Amino acid sequence: MLIFEHSKTGRNGAPQSPKQKANVDDIPASFLRKDRAALPEVSEMQAVRHYTQLSQKNFSIDTHFYPLGSCTMKYNPRACNTLAMLPGFLSRHPMAPEAQSQGFLACMYELQSMLSDVTGMAAFSLAPMAGAQGEFAGVAMIEAYHKSRGDDGRKEILVPSAAHGTNPATATMCGFSVREIPTLDNGDVDLEALKVAVGPETAGLMLTNPSTLGVFERQIETIAKVVHEAGGLLYYDGANLNAILGKIRPGDMGFDVIHSNLHKTFSTPHGGGGPGAGAVGVAERLKPFLPLPVVTKEGENYRWLTEKDLPQSIGRLSAFMGNAGVLLRAYIYMRMLGREGMVRVAEFATLNANYMMAEAKRRGFELAIPDRRASHEFIITLKNEARDLHVTAMDFAKRLLDLGYHAPTTYFPLLVPECLLIEPTETEAKEALDGFMDAMQQIREEAEADPDLVKGAPYTLPVKRLDEVRAARQLDLAWKGNEVE
Amino acid sequence: MPFIPHTEQEIAEMLQAIGADDISALFEEIPSHLLANELTGVPEGMTEMEISRLMHARAAQHPQSVCFLGAGAYEHHIPAAVWEITTRGEYYSAYTPYQAEASQGTLQLVYEFQSMMTALTGMDVSNASMYDGATALAEAVLMAVRGNRKSKSRKILMPTTVHPTYRKTTRTIVQGQHIELCEVDYDPATGVTSLEAFKEKAGDDITAIVIQQPNFFGNLEAVDEITDWAHENNILVIAVANPLSLAILEAPGNWGSAGVDIACGDGQPLGAPMSAGGPYYGYLCCTQTLVRQMPGRIVGRTLDQDDKEGFVLTLQAREQHIRRSKATSNICTNQGLVVTASTIHMSILGASGLEKAAAACHANTMALVKQLSQIEGVDCAFESNYFHEAVLKINKPAVEVLVALAEKNILGGYDLSEAYPELGSAILVCATEMRTDEEISAYANALAEVCA
Amino acid sequence: MSDVPSELRYTASHEWIRDEGDGTVTIGITDHAQELLGDLVFVELPEVGADLTAGDACCVVESVKAASDVYAPLTGEVLEVNEMLAESPEIINDSAFDDGWLFKMQLSAEVELEELMDADEYEKEIED
Repeated sequence: MLIFEHSKTGRNGAPQSPKQKANVDDIPASFLRKDRAALPEVSEMQAVRHYTQLSQKNFSIDTHFYPLGSCTMKYNPRACNTLAMLPGFLSRHPMAPEAQSQGFLACMYELQSMLSDVTGMAAFSLAPMAGAQGEFAGVAMIEAYHKSRGDDGRKEILVPSAAHGTNPATATMCGFSVREIPTLDNGDVDLEALKVAVGPETAGLMLTNPSTLGVFERQIETIAKVVHEAGGLLYYDGANLNAILGKIRPGDMGFDVIHSNLHKTFSTPHGGGGPGAGAVGVAERLKPFLPLPVVTKEGENYRWLTEKDLPQSIGRLSAFMGNAGVLLRAYIYMRMLGREGMVRVAEFATLNANYMMAEAKRRGFELAIPDRRASHEFIITLKNEARDLHVTAMDFAKRLLDLGYHAPTTYFPLLVPECLLIEPTETEAKEALDGFMDAMQQIREEAEADPDLVKGAPYTLPVKRLDEVRAARQLDLAWKGNEVE
Repeated sequence: MPFIPHTEQEIAEMLQAIGADDISALFEEIPSHLLANELTGVPEGMTEMEISRLMHARAAQHPQSVCFLGAGAYEHHIPAAVWEITTRGEYYSAYTPYQAEASQGTLQLVYEFQSMMTALTGMDVSNASMYDGATALAEAVLMAVRGNRKSKSRKILMPTTVHPTYRKTTRTIVQGQHIELCEVDYDPATGVTSLEAFKEKAGDDITAIVIQQPNFFGNLEAVDEITDWAHENNILVIAVANPLSLAILEAPGNWGSAGVDIACGDGQPLGAPMSAGGPYYGYLCCTQTLVRQMPGRIVGRTLDQDDKEGFVLTLQAREQHIRRSKATSNICTNQGLVVTASTIHMSILGASGLEKAAAACHANTMALVKQLSQIEGVDCAFESNYFHEAVLKINKPAVEVLVALAEKNILGGYDLSEAYPELGSAILVCATEMRTDEEISAYANALAEVCA
Repeated sequence: MSDVPSELRYTASHEWIRDEGDGTVTIGITDHAQELLGDLVFVELPEVGADLTAGDACCVVESVKAASDVYAPLTGEVLEVNEMLAESPEIINDSAFDDGWLFKMQLSAEVELEELMDADEYEKEIED
């Protein structure tokens, strides 16, 4: 039932409106609304009950194991939320004077420093509001760098075939053309193809390491050398930073610019789709181009850097300063982990993934890349099950939901047929990992005995499989039912 | 170990299953000379007690000032229930709803949000949100360029009465795509953009125009005649509107005879605390004709195998994970949790509650302007109708006045002298429904002292 | 197994071309292509009067999980588009070679037609 269907004319949350009887008679009628907007008219309790009940239809980290590959669904410590929502932070206007904002600015400055240290970069800007915006900032800085040197012919961004879809989409938004570099069966970039591809047109290479195939790119130093010798820059997509946090730093691998998804590695909540934060870090030569604002410290005082300080900046990415509340949560998380905690993140995320991979192999599942160490995630391919039993990766995913597990990422990366990309994260205990592998084994047994059982899943959720074709052909994107009178 | 549940015995069992001697063996594919040394720039870890003490101390460094500052972020009352429900783990810690059957809560909520935004704006379609108002405008410009096939110029008319940082952000985001953003000046007497000013800059072929209502100065633009003129000339119209103002002001979908093509803005006034600048969200609505040019996620209602109603992400073929380099935008993560809060906020207040809040904002700002403009050396800058912000000219440098007021714990407004030097010393003031008569009088007294 | 009518010409990117014998051709996507895409939900057609060069991306066919460009197989001007597809893209799923045609073109050089694949060649192509 929609909230609109609880609506009755004249009902409202009276205590939530001002007592004041104000009118707008001084505004000419031509500016004023003729009909009241058709918003629901419900009591406060009805709204609370409706949205509480809706929440119960969601899987989440707080309720379920959620091994969604490439998304790093780790526990979001509650302290991060509680402390970021202290009134002193929530009631701060974004343009309040710096002198009255020193506590907040101190947190942001220290967050920049910690991110620089843990990634091996020279400086950070916290401006980007999501990973994709971080990518945008990174690629725009690459463009600005080449232009500042009068090197105008670099029109192409190289992207491995295993890359996230955002990489080519970002390069296009920044005005570049995109060239894909093939990936070898062992998960490494095809170095020979890369050597052929680079040249005076190359602006840069965007790389995720470990890659979306869940393995570490072993030739990274050679790749960096090839790209740099061609005059290009190297971009690090931080989607998989959790795998190497504190163990090896992108700056030490030769990357010139990176974005970090704070809502993955640094445990800010995903919120059913956001908000995230995609802080960008740069090597020394890209510092002048950082997006604004950036916090600096002068003596004991903190202040924002503006266009006057960084005239070559690629500019602003938001009305104010990005997703401040998300940044505070990441800051609190990093301070709680501390320097030893950071390294443990990578170690235990990797331990969990390799353990699950070993268990998957032992239980007879086919691994996409069987002979290598997993990073923080690994891939099962169900192509044999699809061929022999006509039960697909999607069917496995839906049946997992019935058994109380959120499905792994399905059909990504596109290079592996019928794949499940599984990322357990460091915060899951061994019994959750074992339980998930038991469920996978159970589903395969079900698929062998009664494939239709698996193909019809899920059975225990609020809805069965939904008709996506109908949704796209007969677009119903907003409630236009009985107008609220 | 913080947030890691493993016991020594489990670690040993897991390593044995893997066939590795120790955890460091799992990193053997990384060239050993590249392994990091100890992180020196990250302090030792803290317990929850310690970090709690630190964050309380940091928060306490911000004095609780009385806020007459707006300029795109506003202090409004948010019902206690809004964030209580929003921060339930099921909303807070869920991912983007890729598995629809296990995400019906978030999906239905977004569908309801889309419905509320189309109702408020009078448009056909809303997406599930953009990052903020500024990026929503940038994406609206990109949409218009894709959507106006009759125009070849890729030229956009952008009045200077549009929020200054929205204009900057738009420039940053569209600069790689050969789009010309052409500024249109406002009338210095009225603080609004005349139709003649648009016509002067128009030339032969314009792709789209932007109109902010109320504009950055708080003033009401002549949106009907501008919209009609644009459409007569095959120009698309992008509205930027404070969504709270739409409780009383005409919906962009009804501007002129046909309504605008795209409406966008910042959702912050609908349930997001000021929170030092974010997270807020951008809303983005459009006509049915432009739906496939829409960036970002969209939720649709459909049926399941038993013909039961349910909700899914739809029109995904526009998006980066399918279209890659040909996607409408690179956006994937949006501002879902803030949208959750906003949907609950709109439900609890309803249209009548929003209307009361908007009317109270207007009345309080009128009262504020009346009192402040009686002070010697303080004058209204423009003769115009306004919603809940207004520009005042001051006989002393604005920066000094605002610092002096801040010392009295009054955030007196936004200093316009940098973005609009032609105004001289001027500030933009705002009094939302949160301001009391006493606070307004106290501001007037303080300003009188400072200006004396 | 998809059906590959012998009277049509084909491209490696799965367009079919019917020579109408009067300097015009009709173009669509093959049955094999619609099978790969699955249920189609949207078709974006070229504008009538548009001048296309062989190889231009001129149409988009969308299913729920994929979107695919259709390339102009030949050079010429768009004469007519299949308006039915705007409301009912599923026609392509039901009748790729017939009712599901996409657009008609006036060719600027008929010689190009000879360079396209015939049915045997296309069948070999999709076997690989």
